[in-house]
Amino acid sequence: MSGGGPAGTGGGAEAGTGGGAGREGGGGMPVQPSSSRLVGTLGLLSVVAGVAIVLVHAWAQPRIEAHQREELRLAIEEVLGEPQRYETRWIRDGRLLDSLPAGADSSAASPVYAGFAANGRLVGYAIPGQKAGYQDVVRLIFGYDPDAGKVLGMKVLESKETPGLGAKITSDSAFIHGFDGVEAPIEGVKHPARDAHQVDMITGATISSTTVISIINDRLEAVGPVLSKAGTRTATAAGSPGADAPRTAAAAGPGPRAAGPGQGGGER
Amino acid sequence: MSEKSGGDIFLRGVWEENPVLIQILGLCPTLAVTNTVENAVAMALATAFVLVGSSGLVSLVRRIIPDQVRISAYILIIATFVTVVDLLMAAVAPSASKALGPFVPLIVVNCMILGRAEAFASKNPFFPSILDAAGTSSGFAVALLMMGGVRELLGSGSLLGLHVLPGSWEPWVIMILPPGGFLTLGVILMGLSWWWRRGQKADETARPRRWPHGVREPEERAA
Amino acid sequence: MGDLTRIFVAAALVNNFVLAYFVGLCPFFGVSKEVPTALRMGGAVTFVMVLTAAAVSFLNAYVLPVAPYLRLISYIVVIASLVQIVEMVVRKVSPALFRALGIFLPLITTNCAILYLALFQYARGYDFLEGMAFSFGAGAGFTLALVLMASIRQRSETASVPAIAREMGLAMIIAASLSLAFMGFAGLFSSVA
Repeated sequence: MSGGGPAGTGGGAEAGTGGGAGREGGGGMPVQPSSSRLVGTLGLLSVVAGVAIVLVHAWAQPRIEAHQREELRLAIEEVLGEPQRYETRWIRDGRLLDSLPAGADSSAASPVYAGFAANGRLVGYAIPGQKAGYQDVVRLIFGYDPDAGKVLGMKVLESKETPGLGAKITSDSAFIHGFDGVEAPIEGVKHPARDAHQVDMITGATISSTTVISIINDRLEAVGPVLSKAGTRTATAAGSPGADAPRTAAAAGPGPRAAGPGQGGGER
Repeated sequence: MSEKSGGDIFLRGVWEENPVLIQILGLCPTLAVTNTVENAVAMALATAFVLVGSSGLVSLVRRIIPDQVRISAYILIIATFVTVVDLLMAAVAPSASKALGPFVPLIVVNCMILGRAEAFASKNPFFPSILDAAGTSSGFAVALLMMGGVRELLGSGSLLGLHVLPGSWEPWVIMILPPGGFLTLGVILMGLSWWWRRGQKADETARPRRWPHGVREPEERAA
Repeated sequence: MGDLTRIFVAAALVNNFVLAYFVGLCPFFGVSKEVPTALRMGGAVTFVMVLTAAAVSFLNAYVLPVAPYLRLISYIVVIASLVQIVEMVVRKVSPALFRALGIFLPLITTNCAILYLALFQYARGYDFLEGMAFSFGAGAGFTLALVLMASIRQRSETASVPAIAREMGLAMIIAASLSLAFMGFAGLFSSVA
């Protein structure tokens, strides 16, 4: 363990003052421990620490991942208007892939989430995006219907914008719902929005509002054409025998993720 | 050092040697995560877990660890506790973990914790060490709650998310922004300083055992 | 504006470590009584930050994918080791510089700004070059905050200040106004982008 080396050398200076001083009833016998004992103690300690962390990690990791999945699921449901289920797709080199080839570099691909209604029809895609806002990076996800060219909904996932002003992009429901059904490319205007391309910006938070709009426009510019080309293909593919199996299975069980929202969608 | 009663050891950390208000340690979390009471509570709990755990463990192993590597060993112990609390929080209280963000891992470098390990736990038996750590944690919590209470009340008009000030109250947004953190702590420190000095005037002969921030005064005069 | 320039300026001004993120406050209040000392401390911190960023980008690329849960421990061990090595090298190579930096070097180990830099670099997924720009920016911002603070405090030394505001009370209020001033940098990027 690399900690042993520098710590040992640093301790050399302290040895004179520290030696024995920390021991009750040490009787002032500054015995110089061998360096193997120093390294050994630290090594032993490191092993114990490592085992403890691995144990806690093994317990906590599944729960942490479950929280993250849950958070993503809620966000996708919100921006796609409660689809019955969703599947992760990847966009890589300008093409929409059902899954990444094994061992592929996932950093070159970006995920989108295809949401399906109860009848297997493609509702739209939930697309994550991010960009520097007023204070720090704003991260959001928005729903997009490639056939109609419309944004279905928007949710900010992370932002550190000014509380009370820019932070309204996460809480101001008039602003958030202004994105429901707006057509791309979006233009931010002062109240009131007049045509299908316009949304109202938040007074006093022009930069944060513009950031949200430009994240969506940028992402749509990048992936919009890919999705509209693939949009119908995916939708019809869901009806083909190959894709039919997962859909029917979805109702029964692949997941807690499919069962809940499927019922909730009709009732709410 | 060990003739003090358990209560004394505990109370000393809460007030007389309050880590934040008197010793001016652990300022980063005190300012960074006190824009709401909820965050302040979560931070205080996480820090208490690490402080009590690491002090207890340091005290137990104090005879085994050679002096030369003790600081590295303490940092290793503290880092382990912090990793554990970070994972536990993410698993059990994801929203609190998200709100505190990097300030949970940053507990590692909270000088208060290494300070208690080095100054107390490495020289004292298990139970006094635990008491000392619990006292210091409570003192830290007191400071965090003061900050969080003032900032949330004035900055959002609420406490623990419940609106307590009338709707006509226009929140002072500045209080939950960084400048508000410095300002609040400054006002609290000045208030305490006034309070201590007032007490001293009433009784000229009795010198306070510890001055707020005056701990450094003698050496400054000497320098 | 190039991406690297942007990262540099953002770390130095918009997201100033001390005044916006509240990290590295101990040296900010402890070592900000005189401008020359503040400059030296800033230099030392910047130096360690750059080294840390390099080491962390290596760790992120090769070690941590294997054992992600050891992130915190490996960062803190790397930082502590780096500080020790820097201390030894400086002592050997330039005794004058060593005397000048003196007590600051060991203090840097427990300076949360360094660990924060490491954690942040990971969270943002910065690669080596971005990490360099980020650490230089963060160090420059830290030094700037420290020097500004020191120059104001030097002036206020001779001012007549109410007894209760001496020491930390006044320092906090000064920090509050500095932090307020730095808020003016927010929006720098969105408005030019």
